[in-house]
Amino acid sequence: MIRVENLVKQYGGITASNHLNCRFEKGKVTVILGGSGSGKSTLLRQLTGLEKPDEGSVYIDGRDLTTLSRKQLFDIRKKMGMLFQGSALFNYMNIFENIAFPLREHTKIADNIIKTIVTMKLEMVGLRGTEHLMPSQLSGGMMKRVGLARAVVMDPHVIFYDEPTSGLDPISTGVIGKLIKDLNKALNITSIVVSHDIESCFKIADNIILLYYGEIIAKGTVEEIRNSTDERVKQFIHGEPEGPIPFTRTAKNYLDEILYD
Amino acid sequence: MEIAASIGRLTLYRIQVLGRSGIFIFSAIVQAFLPPFRISRLIKEIDFIGSKSFLIIFVTALFTGMVLGIQGYYSLSQFGAEAALGIMVALSIIRELGPVLCALMVTGRAGSAITAELGIMKITDQFPALEMMAIDPLKYVVSPKIIAGIISLPLLTAFFDLIGITGGYLVGVNLLGVNEGAYIGKLVAAVTFKDVYGGIIKSLCFGLIITWIATFTGYTAEATTEGVSRATTNTVVLTSLSILIVDYILTSLLL
Repeated sequence: MIRVENLVKQYGGITASNHLNCRFEKGKVTVILGGSGSGKSTLLRQLTGLEKPDEGSVYIDGRDLTTLSRKQLFDIRKKMGMLFQGSALFNYMNIFENIAFPLREHTKIADNIIKTIVTMKLEMVGLRGTEHLMPSQLSGGMMKRVGLARAVVMDPHVIFYDEPTSGLDPISTGVIGKLIKDLNKALNITSIVVSHDIESCFKIADNIILLYYGEIIAKGTVEEIRNSTDERVKQFIHGEPEGPIPFTRTAKNYLDEILYD
Repeated sequence: MEIAASIGRLTLYRIQVLGRSGIFIFSAIVQAFLPPFRISRLIKEIDFIGSKSFLIIFVTALFTGMVLGIQGYYSLSQFGAEAALGIMVALSIIRELGPVLCALMVTGRAGSAITAELGIMKITDQFPALEMMAIDPLKYVVSPKIIAGIISLPLLTAFFDLIGITGGYLVGVNLLGVNEGAYIGKLVAAVTFKDVYGGIIKSLCFGLIITWIATFTGYTAEATTEGVSRATTNTVVLTSLSILIVDYILTSLLL
């Protein structure tokens, strides 16, 4: 389980995380939902320890990430998996070596067993037979699936997904969504998904955290969010252009700028 | 006031970048000597920076030596000292042209490629990916390149010296008719260990400079296509200038 307490992060005067408090439960898929610029990627980077918060703590299994040394952080990371938005596969290695990479670096497992593990992970994402291909020879959706296979190759306790379905066709989106849900159930782990895709999010999520300009404006189960009476939540999940969340972000009044500048 | 402030800001920023690059190279070298060692990564980088530069160094050295042969013959024959052609070619190449031209060629071939590679790794999130797999990107990606540069450059320079002197021999002895015994004999008698040693010291420093600037510029490049192209240009310009300046400093110190 991951617990976030009073997290604050600022970039040049803009508050990306404004005193956030939330928890991510074991065995559940929690989706961090929000528009662009809502601070969801920043939250993810702080949860993984890629970035240190200005204030507050991130507890993973009771240990505060923000106070750990680099070596301790690396020990915890061995039990974390992450699927990056652009898959972040190593472009100079073929698919097999990409997936085998964490095993080769951190374990002394024999080559034939590594081969078995990689084959199992590739079968899980439905891409067995692509071992010898290079990442550049795959489509975006296939790359994400390979990225997912690599993220789970060390059997992590926590998996982070950064925009797992953005830029994918509907079928790939469905496949990735199903994989996230199945993996979570099969391994009984903590899954954290950052997304702005409402449709697929409602399908895979157990819990939802809705961010708006660095603040949590709603959290709860899918049902609770769906039935929320908060105008901002309603506007977001229905994707309405008009509502309390403004589309424009400028400080100046439009008419003033046009008429008097 | 505005101008003074912006000059101050720029100066402070430059000093900051310099400081950061110092910490960067220091930790990369320290990391290189801490376990786990990845010998295969090092060999791959030596192959890229060193072995794959052989052909380009061969051609550069051959023609440099040949040109020196013609120019040297022209100058020396005015004093009737053609016999000293071997000394002139060998000393120019071993002391100066070998290390410098070699470093400039490697900058253009490998330095720019290293920056582009790191920049693209940055665009595609491969550094945070390594971090998330509990692998230090500096140790995994940067350290082998730095060590490979320091190992490769002296070897390439030695190869350059050999081919360059041969080029001078081909032109001087075979085309212009300088006495073979004079070319080789005077060369062997005149070139001291100190000359060779000075050239090797230079090439060691150049190996460090090339990989240092290339990796740091790539590692800190802005993660956009434009940022990477700018970083690649910066690497070539900055490294070439640094090589020429450091060459002057080293020459004056070593002489």
